[in-house]
Amino acid sequence: MKGPVSIALAAASCLSMLAALFMVFVYVPTEAEQGIVQRIFYFHLPCAWVAFLAFGIVAVAGALYLWLGHRIWDDLSYASAELGMLFCTLVLITGSIWAKPIWGTWWTWDSRLTTTFILWLLYGGYLLLRALADDTDEIARFAAVLGIVGVLDVPIVIISVRLWRTIHPAVLLTRQGEHGLEDPRMVATLLVALGAFTMVFVWLLWLRLATLRLRTRVAALRKDVALLDLAGAHR
Amino acid sequence: MEHFGYLFAAYSIIFIAIGLYAIFIGRRQARLDREVARLEAALRAAQQPAASPEQHQSGP
Repeated sequence: MKGPVSIALAAASCLSMLAALFMVFVYVPTEAEQGIVQRIFYFHLPCAWVAFLAFGIVAVAGALYLWLGHRIWDDLSYASAELGMLFCTLVLITGSIWAKPIWGTWWTWDSRLTTTFILWLLYGGYLLLRALADDTDEIARFAAVLGIVGVLDVPIVIISVRLWRTIHPAVLLTRQGEHGLEDPRMVATLLVALGAFTMVFVWLLWLRLATLRLRTRVAALRKDVALLDLAGAHR
Repeated sequence: MEHFGYLFAAYSIIFIAIGLYAIFIGRRQARLDREVARLEAALRAAQQPAASPEQHQSGP
């Protein structure tokens, strides 16, 4: 939590989030058909973007760990998976809250929802593996493979609204190839929210990486202390 | 302002979840900082008795 980079990222996250809130609640016009509940979209979509970004980083860092074997890539992969899971959970929850007044149900096994839920399960499995198994190189390699396989679901989630019949709105790119935001202020608000969530993600990733580095240091120190104790006992 | 409750719930959940996660990381980092300090002190304490006899030997 300390350190100039961490403080700068925290400040940038807070300021960009305040700007996004201002645009969502003051600047952007209310959508005609859905009413104010459509404003959930301005934070729902950035949550999805951050989740996809996080899982992409999990896969790339996992591949780099398998290739180079440096622990930092495994730490980055683990930290990013945790954040991806957080934001993927928020996507499912906020989508469900939006669906209730619009579709009249909290959940339906629509293609977009189902593929997103599968993504959530895949990375839930990844985090369970990391939490329950010992922190060994072998487990890190298994996790890297799982992270790489899991990311294959991301493009399926994105194109699911084009591949299968769905009731989920295709806002960014409609089936006719246009974007579904009719007002430029809506586009501006979405872009600011995307920037804010990306900033929050970078900040939280930085913090989580710092704790993982500290954990590695604690493990090394424990080993040193145990070795010295052993040497002292033999003397 | 129909459906305001849904809007409020969605935004509240996002900020509560992000806030709780930041607190979780902060607490974990504080605990690890304390652990590092404790282990470094233990390491220094364990190294001192080992260093003392050498210091005696290397004397004039």
